[in-house]
Amino acid sequence: MTKMITVNIDKCTGCGACELMCSFRHHGEFNPRKARITKTVFHDEQISVPILCQQCEDAWCVNVCPSGALQKNVDALTGAYVVTVSEDVCVGCRMCMLACPYGNIQVGSKGVAEKCNLCEGDPQCVKFCAFSALRFEDTDANVRDRKSKLASTLITAYREGA
Amino acid sequence: MYGWTGKVLRVDLTNQRSSVEALDYKAATDYIGGLGLGVKYLYDEIDPTVDPYSPKNKLLFATGPLTGTGAPSSGRYMVVTKSPLTGGIANSGASGEWAMQLKYAGWDMIILEGKAAKPVYLFIDDDRVTFGDAAPLWGKNSLETEEAVADLTAPDAHVACIGPAGEKMVRFACVMNDKGRAAGRSGVGAVMGSKNLKAIAVRGTGGVKVADPDRFYKAVEAAYETLNTPVVAWFHGVGTPGVLDLVQSFGALPTRNFSTGVFEDYEKLSGDVLASKYSVRDHMGLGCPACPIACGRVSKVTTPEFAGVGEGPEYETIGMFGSNCGVSDFEAVCKANFICNEMGMDTISAGNSIACAMEMFERGLIPQEDIGFPLTFGDGSAMVRLTEMMAKREGFGDLLAEGSYRMAEHYGTTEYFMGVKKQEFPAYDGRSLQGMGLGYATQPRGACHIRGEAQDLDLYGVVVWRITKDRGIDKVDPLRWDDKPLLAKEVQDWFCMIDSCGLCNFIFFLHVDEDQTRELLEAGTGIDMGGYEGFKRTGERIFNIQTLFNRRAGMTSADDTLPKRMLEEPMPGGPGKGMVVRLAEMLPPYYELRGWDAEGNLTPEKAAELGLTLPKIKAKKAAATEASDQA
Repeated sequence: MTKMITVNIDKCTGCGACELMCSFRHHGEFNPRKARITKTVFHDEQISVPILCQQCEDAWCVNVCPSGALQKNVDALTGAYVVTVSEDVCVGCRMCMLACPYGNIQVGSKGVAEKCNLCEGDPQCVKFCAFSALRFEDTDANVRDRKSKLASTLITAYREGA
Repeated sequence: MYGWTGKVLRVDLTNQRSSVEALDYKAATDYIGGLGLGVKYLYDEIDPTVDPYSPKNKLLFATGPLTGTGAPSSGRYMVVTKSPLTGGIANSGASGEWAMQLKYAGWDMIILEGKAAKPVYLFIDDDRVTFGDAAPLWGKNSLETEEAVADLTAPDAHVACIGPAGEKMVRFACVMNDKGRAAGRSGVGAVMGSKNLKAIAVRGTGGVKVADPDRFYKAVEAAYETLNTPVVAWFHGVGTPGVLDLVQSFGALPTRNFSTGVFEDYEKLSGDVLASKYSVRDHMGLGCPACPIACGRVSKVTTPEFAGVGEGPEYETIGMFGSNCGVSDFEAVCKANFICNEMGMDTISAGNSIACAMEMFERGLIPQEDIGFPLTFGDGSAMVRLTEMMAKREGFGDLLAEGSYRMAEHYGTTEYFMGVKKQEFPAYDGRSLQGMGLGYATQPRGACHIRGEAQDLDLYGVVVWRITKDRGIDKVDPLRWDDKPLLAKEVQDWFCMIDSCGLCNFIFFLHVDEDQTRELLEAGTGIDMGGYEGFKRTGERIFNIQTLFNRRAGMTSADDTLPKRMLEEPMPGGPGKGMVVRLAEMLPPYYELRGWDAEGNLTPEKAAELGLTLPKIKAKKAAATEASDQA
């Protein structure tokens, strides 16, 4: 059992508070382009999709990192898996950026890799998501929710049929 | 500089040149940004008697110091110019990514001057400013324009533009941005059209820094806490249309050109019908940037006659095209709304103007041959047809595109024009909401619901602001008038601050208060407002400079009035039955509280207190001439 930031796009309104508070936390300014979470808005369908680091178990960015700057860790506060960057070790070679299939790591203005670090256990994107589209929760709980949601759909169909 | 970017972009459309100026820091601390700062610059730079369509009129796009930050609902910009509808000050705001991008591109404000010889669009790519040929875009609707301009500039650029209504200078044309957001009122889009400016694309890669990050963070956190309520969640589900039932219950829902405040078919127009039946997503829609409310939604109608898809309709739109036109067919209302958004036309003035024409037609004041078809209350098809004709200035629509005041004047009587200062009322009947009545009469931009009208206090029951809390008021009676001069003045001044910070006033009727706003502003910019008193005084200064603009433009206290219907015809039914707006009782004490003389002019003492310079004698003389022309 581990915690992760989960995304429920049914609830996302595309407000971008996640991006704003992420960039504020990590860069001291409000600037969505520097955020480590990024929303994409599909206006016609009224759907917004936030994309952020999945903290992969077998992380390609970690595997490809030649300097050893990227490491798989367990967050001290929450016990969550988290891929962290040792800034003084990183050489800014961008191999991680090329390896990540999701675009969730990049080399920023400081010349070192930047990615989600779960804000040391208090993710600001989650904290300021007014719609609970983002949650920092046990993966088990998320899976249970998904199953019970499916079960509700089935029972509704059953009752309508009965 | 914190909060502000410290830079103003001045664009000379005539010669297609642009220049960079440092933000006037004194003006910024005195007038903050958005509404206040825009009006201050306009006031200092143009002759208020100028023809709104003259190249000498200027068009300003202003963000606030909080725009682009994480402050809730701060993704706003304000368009400021001289209004072609009212002849006075125009300031129309909208939210959207466009506002954020302008700030991230490094600009507090754009000042557009002169007039392009041929249609152009502007691309602001951080600090690079380029002009493009908009001839191929001319005639495109707002949605098509946004896409076309993004194709011509950058896929991640955001676009504010005019539709065909702005090109044709419909007197209540909007500036549209981000697929259906509108800087709607007072014809700011018509001024943009008069300057041959089709669109402004913006892309910004910078950020916004705040003066005291820890203090600002705490202020944002507190505001989010305030907004974490079941009412906000409800409002997210239904949006502004959700208030229609409430307005009906107060007997303030404009019906058949404000002949009454109760609409027998109001249930067919309720917010839940829209949210469940026509919303692309059931009780769900995307919101504006940085907003924890997300009241927006996209609706879709498939019935062939009224088919379409787009943002809205909002409550005011439903009130104007729905009950006020006697129309209970939601699909017709949606269609009229889609047309307005695509064409770039204010739904409030458009719907109200049609209602006015309907009444005048039914009274035999407008002959059917002028319109081309019967125009009776309740006829959704005729309403939709006329909406399109207005936007394209076809037939009778050409006359109605001048606004209902000028249309009515053409037929010899303005008695059935429902508005103030030639701008149409939005969707509240002032007889059932006395504070609203006073607000309509005194708002510098003409009849308006969103620049601090007192309906928040009585209708929405917001009593958490210091305006009421400090006075121990826990309930405001909508039919009482003796308390309204003070309340209306205070709410107007308070909302001047909201609209100048770059915040959306919806967070305030959802209970964010003056102190929280001051905290955000001070922590964001580093300025000291001088406590609550100083904060209020700044709001009062911003309100007054708008009125000074109007006085110099030729308006007098005679313009602070209401249609005869509001003043003399008692409300026929509902909770406000028997009421007229008690303006004669409210206006003198209101003027006194404002520090104005009996003629509605700012007294030298009050001007000195607010740090305002009274207009010179010469300007007054010019104003008097203009006023007699209008009379």
